[in-house]
Amino acid sequence: MSNSTIEEHQNFLSEHFGITTTPGQFTVALAGNPNVGKSTVFNALTGLHQHTGNWPGKTVDNAQGSFTYLDRSFLMIDLPGTYSILAHTVEEQVARDFICFGKPDATLVVLDATCLERNLNLALQVMEITPKIIVCVNLIDEAEKKNIKIDISALQKDLGVPVVATAARNGKGLGTLRQKLYEMSTGLCTPAPRQINYSSEVENAIQQLLPKVSRLIGSNLNPRWVALRLLDGDQAFINSISQYLDFDLHPTRLQEVAV
Amino acid sequence: MNTALTTIPLSTLGIGSVCQIVSLNLQGLLRRRILDLGMVPGTPVQCIRKSPAGDPVAYMVRDTLIALRSEDASQIHVNPM
Repeated sequence: MSNSTIEEHQNFLSEHFGITTTPGQFTVALAGNPNVGKSTVFNALTGLHQHTGNWPGKTVDNAQGSFTYLDRSFLMIDLPGTYSILAHTVEEQVARDFICFGKPDATLVVLDATCLERNLNLALQVMEITPKIIVCVNLIDEAEKKNIKIDISALQKDLGVPVVATAARNGKGLGTLRQKLYEMSTGLCTPAPRQINYSSEVENAIQQLLPKVSRLIGSNLNPRWVALRLLDGDQAFINSISQYLDFDLHPTRLQEVAV
Repeated sequence: MNTALTTIPLSTLGIGSVCQIVSLNLQGLLRRRILDLGMVPGTPVQCIRKSPAGDPVAYMVRDTLIALRSEDASQIHVNPM
């Protein structure tokens, strides 16, 4: 990114999300279901370098913390714990909007190793928005106690993104986590997340929408994902687009495209 | 779908009974929500307890206790096990 676009993005983050970054600092979003030890991971990585507040205009906690790895500074944003980011609640909307419009350099999705099946739903949803995702399988010690064995390398291969096993409480796996975050943020790692294929009806509709959606939103967002939300008839998301992207186009134009 | 003949609504499940989800007769955001909570067809569900008024009812789904309104649970069709 050139200096002017970096500055623009800094202003954007501060205006919409109340996040102040220093030049050259990477932003990392932290997402996960409730009660997966997300805050333990957050605390373990950032230590005492934290401050908390609210998301602008929302009564939802916004915790930020920083850490340094290999001389690069990272600002980590702890998103609210959610089962989904398809925006039913304010918390989900906050999480979705930040991953989508805040364009973090990496998104860390924390999963509960003892309940992987349900947790993977969120990981797959995030993978549809951004390829820059790292999956952290936390509470691996709890899983071992319950005799649950997780084949991390197979999971990594299946998902197409880095997967790290951690027991954040005991500090296990955090070194690898920092390294993966560094590789993802600096572009050393090129993930190829598995994309979900829908029924041929839906896929055809996506193909019809794609050219128009791409023309409207350019490279700001993943056009396939926007097309899916339009097919969903997700009004809250259409509102977010006009709020964050400063469209000179009225949001109804987007809907017209969808019809 | 003609599942009503062989299945029962989740809301009629007695305390302690276990069943398997067959289909969700829900639309829009609520359907999405239920699916996000891991209640997809094939998922085993156990009825744990009822609130004093009998509504909502707590169900164990994938090791997590979830409370559902009877109104919504009646739209979820299950096979008793």
